[in-house]
Amino acid sequence: MPIFSLKVNSKSEEVNVDSGTTLLWVLREHLGLMGTKYGCGVGQCGSCTIHINGNPMRACALPVEAVSEGQSITTIEGLSKKGDHPLQKAWVEHQVPQCGYCQSGQIMQAAALLEKNNNPTREEILNHMNGNLCRCGTYMRIFNAIESASKEI
Amino acid sequence: MKNYQDNSTSVSRRNFLKVSGGFTIGITVVGLVPQLTSCTEDGEDTREMVAKELNAWVHLREDGQIMIYSPASEMGQGSKTALPVILAEELDADWSDVMVKTSPIDPEIYGNAGFGRSGRKIMMNVGSRTVKGYFDSLRQAGAQTRYILLHSVSKTWEVPIEELSTEPSLVVHQKSGKKIPYGDIVEILDIPETIPEFSIDQLKNPEDFRLIWNESIGRVDVPEKTTGEAVFAIDVKVPGMVYGVIERGKVHGASPNLINEAEIRTQDGLIDLVALDYGIGVVANTLEKALEIKQQLNIDWNTDVLAAKHSSQEALESYSKLNQHDETRDLIEKGNVKQAMAKAAKVYSAEYKNDYVYHAQMEPLNAIASISEDQNSIEIWAGTQGPGFVAGAVANALGLEPENVKLNLCYLGGGLGRRSLHDYVIEAAQLSKAVSKPVKLIWTREDDLRYGMYRPMSLQQMKAAIDSEGNITALSHVITGDGSNLLASGAANEFYAIPNQEVKLNIVKNGVRLKHWRAVGHGPNKFAIESFIDQIANDQGVNPLEMRRKLMANFPRALKTLEKTAEMANWDTPPRPGRARGIAFGERSGALCTGICEISLDRDSGKIKVHHFWSAVDGGTIIQPDNAKAQMEGGILMGISSVLSEQLTVEKGEIQQSNFHDYQLMRMADIPESLEIELIPSNDKPQGMGEASTPIVAGAIANAFLALTGKTLNHLPFSPERVKKVLDS
Repeated sequence: MPIFSLKVNSKSEEVNVDSGTTLLWVLREHLGLMGTKYGCGVGQCGSCTIHINGNPMRACALPVEAVSEGQSITTIEGLSKKGDHPLQKAWVEHQVPQCGYCQSGQIMQAAALLEKNNNPTREEILNHMNGNLCRCGTYMRIFNAIESASKEI
Repeated sequence: MKNYQDNSTSVSRRNFLKVSGGFTIGITVVGLVPQLTSCTEDGEDTREMVAKELNAWVHLREDGQIMIYSPASEMGQGSKTALPVILAEELDADWSDVMVKTSPIDPEIYGNAGFGRSGRKIMMNVGSRTVKGYFDSLRQAGAQTRYILLHSVSKTWEVPIEELSTEPSLVVHQKSGKKIPYGDIVEILDIPETIPEFSIDQLKNPEDFRLIWNESIGRVDVPEKTTGEAVFAIDVKVPGMVYGVIERGKVHGASPNLINEAEIRTQDGLIDLVALDYGIGVVANTLEKALEIKQQLNIDWNTDVLAAKHSSQEALESYSKLNQHDETRDLIEKGNVKQAMAKAAKVYSAEYKNDYVYHAQMEPLNAIASISEDQNSIEIWAGTQGPGFVAGAVANALGLEPENVKLNLCYLGGGLGRRSLHDYVIEAAQLSKAVSKPVKLIWTREDDLRYGMYRPMSLQQMKAAIDSEGNITALSHVITGDGSNLLASGAANEFYAIPNQEVKLNIVKNGVRLKHWRAVGHGPNKFAIESFIDQIANDQGVNPLEMRRKLMANFPRALKTLEKTAEMANWDTPPRPGRARGIAFGERSGALCTGICEISLDRDSGKIKVHHFWSAVDGGTIIQPDNAKAQMEGGILMGISSVLSEQLTVEKGEIQQSNFHDYQLMRMADIPESLEIELIPSNDKPQGMGEASTPIVAGAIANAFLALTGKTLNHLPFSPERVKKVLDS
């Protein structure tokens, strides 16, 4: 099996896996970063959203070999040092999560938006977040939390 | 707080640890309170750290920390927090001193007595019954724990116990002005000979509640759900763990014959293949390998099963013409419907239908099982709504003793009814036993959807009699479909004064796996009832709000939700052109709510847009108001999702959808501009909040559509395609 070198949350990691293994399984089952979730495996739900060089990507749809050396992978574990990213604080303030399973992906998706646009309109937020499903129906609070976090950034 | 001298019953000290108030109470000095949650990667069990007899609800530490066990499975409904809040309220604890831990799995001690019938205590979180079922006993436990603290202080200070009172986490002696923090009582703890059983009027006056009805108490699980640290079963890793997946048939119940077994067995990384009655298990070194091999299985499926004959849309069309059913039941017979129909000034009839819907909880089913070397015991990590039933289910399947099955309860990435059955846990156990290794079993999303257990499709045939004054004098409701009692809930109209009512159930077996889905039969039944009322009101030229006012006149709790919601929605002021409002009432698990939505319609595409939703709910005493609102909001959005887009269909037994591209859930772009919830103030017993709002959505949208277009939507979901058809008809 080939060895892949990855940069995850500013740390260099080596994994020994078959080519074609998705980044999702590499992060979760090989590197033990469990905050990134498996929801659909086909890029339809956004539970596995991570950042690659700051862009939101679906880890379930990326074979490990597509993430070449030097690309910077950020997972929910690496979003902030103490869980105190403005979005994470807003998520608590607005009591967003219910079951919580999709929320890492939601936060990572939202963080990528605020990184580029710290004053998004309603339409921009809704469009940007449209690929992330939440079965518990926390969308209203996700929206409100993003709006209030955008004021903190 | 009332005086506790006139207690009618008491129990001896010898037994109090186990039976006081039906609960175990222990106040123990714990030098080291275990910081592990019950779903831990190393599987350390808190029960081993605390002596069995002290296994209890409350542990008080010298530094003042109050650890309270919560027996709730946490699936997003918030009960993990709500239950300790109830206890802490009577204990008069300062909430900032409280640490919540998931309780051990021991129904005799931690079970919910609120399931009626048998009175047996069980650990099962279904039907929105957790908070309402534990409310009385946790208040009792809190009050008794507080009594022990007062008793201890009274002995040490040599003052009568009646002279002591409490402030948050403090015992106070008013006369002398002395105060002692709860934590300091650990050193002087003196467990009394008898612990009184407190009557309701000896418990805290609801006026004095500090924690219950307090908007500012957040859920204990929220912070770790924003950092990725919350542990769901799928996140658990145990040493030596391997991975299992199962290939199941496209037709429920079909049995497999693996054709290329020899070839498959040559694969590197494969540990074993495990034949099940309905599938082939693949256990491999890695998850990716297990999934890869699963794809390569060449299976000949024996589909000589009932489901193979079932095509859902044809079957649903046939229901109204069936003369024979597998079984017929009379669910409700009140008054004389036949007579009232005969005397009616006008008789109305209408039919409503609903397709199958799928749970789609975001965490696909999974479990970890680790069998012991001697194969006599097994340890499980799972998210389940029924933690008290796992040991029995697994023991039964594997031929073990239930006491040799240990469950580590994890967070549930959604339950919605699906995680109240333990098929996925048993499968993990079977795979672990087969390979004698710890196995993490994962259902892919496709497995979860195709081999799901759905809310049944059904036909609802409604008939009503109206007298010359426009009163509904009789209502007949005939439900046809598979799923027995899954179809029955919500058909009764307890809050409408209709003197003659009947509900009949015609059962037609289809062989498709079915299960409770948030609010169960209430979804389809309330859709039919509420839509039918508006059709009658529309024909009679009566405002739908007026029609319901009249029906609810004698039911003040229900009426209040109606009036409040109408006020919130500004019902009397018409919406802007191109929009319309619809109203519906519902009840579920004791909570009553009215919903009003405002919609518009894209007539070219048939797409309905919900702009606003208002709902006032009477859920009795609300433990956590913000969370109750969150449950209402989530229930409404899940309702909109199911009503406008979710549809699962079956062709010759094969489920036609496979993942979220063709089973479409509501997405963020479709959220309403506003969703307003009002909680009706109440000191009545708490009611179930988790499912209250979902059933009102279909009726509210259908009724808004009727107001907007004059046409009726009678088949769930109201997909754009279906709406177009109705518009063109």
